[in-house]
Amino acid sequence: MAEVFSDILGYWEIVRFPLGALMCFGGAILCLIGTVGVLRFPDIYTRLHAASITDTSGAALVLIGMMLISPGWLVISKLFAICVFIFLTSPTASHALANAAHTAGVQPIIGRVGTSEADGGDA
Amino acid sequence: MAYFLGLVVALAAFWLGMSGHNTPLILSLGGISLIITCILAYRLDIIDREGSPYVRLVGFLLYFPWLAKEIVKANISVIRACVKADLDIAPALVKVKTVCKSDLAKVTFANSITLTPGTVTVEIEGDKLLVHGLYEQDSQPEAFVEMDQRSARAIDGKGAAA
Repeated sequence: MAEVFSDILGYWEIVRFPLGALMCFGGAILCLIGTVGVLRFPDIYTRLHAASITDTSGAALVLIGMMLISPGWLVISKLFAICVFIFLTSPTASHALANAAHTAGVQPIIGRVGTSEADGGDA
Repeated sequence: MAYFLGLVVALAAFWLGMSGHNTPLILSLGGISLIITCILAYRLDIIDREGSPYVRLVGFLLYFPWLAKEIVKANISVIRACVKADLDIAPALVKVKTVCKSDLAKVTFANSITLTPGTVTVEIEGDKLLVHGLYEQDSQPEAFVEMDQRSARAIDGKGAAA
């Protein structure tokens, strides 16, 4: 039984580095997609939605990947703290931006938006 | 008292996770900083439900996996909207009524909405939230009912989300 357990641990030691690297790469790709969305969407409110991909899944994947690569529990606990604070603060920042735009009187684009429509420049 | 104990435990765990040194000198310095922080928090009068919300940790831990699942689902649809060749979105502003009573529960609900890609809380007035959604069909008020009830149950406790 102990042998099987150490076998699994050995495999895990081999597997976790490529797995972590892959997750970091996936997170980077998601951040890129979020950036593309920020550039493509028409106004500030819709751009916030694209930015929230970077905030949530992109950051989470990168952090989980780094947790897999990390050498010890100490680093994992720090990355976990970063994760918690990102998940607490990034929606607050998004809300502050949206609320500021709303208070300043920026009117959101409502209804269907197609490609043919020119990009509004009020963001 | 429970709030105070929660604060002490959380600060100690945070300090240990950050430092990782076990020598008596460093540990005693950590203890001193913990005591100073507690005195400052007491003087600021923030050791209450909002300043030390650790008593609701179990409810929140039960709530978070569901929220993570929702975030993943919403992420997929927004990613699809981002990389689609034709820009095809239908933004909408909707008013959502919440059953959350306390400010903390309202904050949790609003933050959950904002954390889910595709929906952003723009404004909170009383028990009404102004939500901007990327897709009109996905951001009808009915879509937030479950999240509302779950966050109310997680923070306000059982019976709050009647």
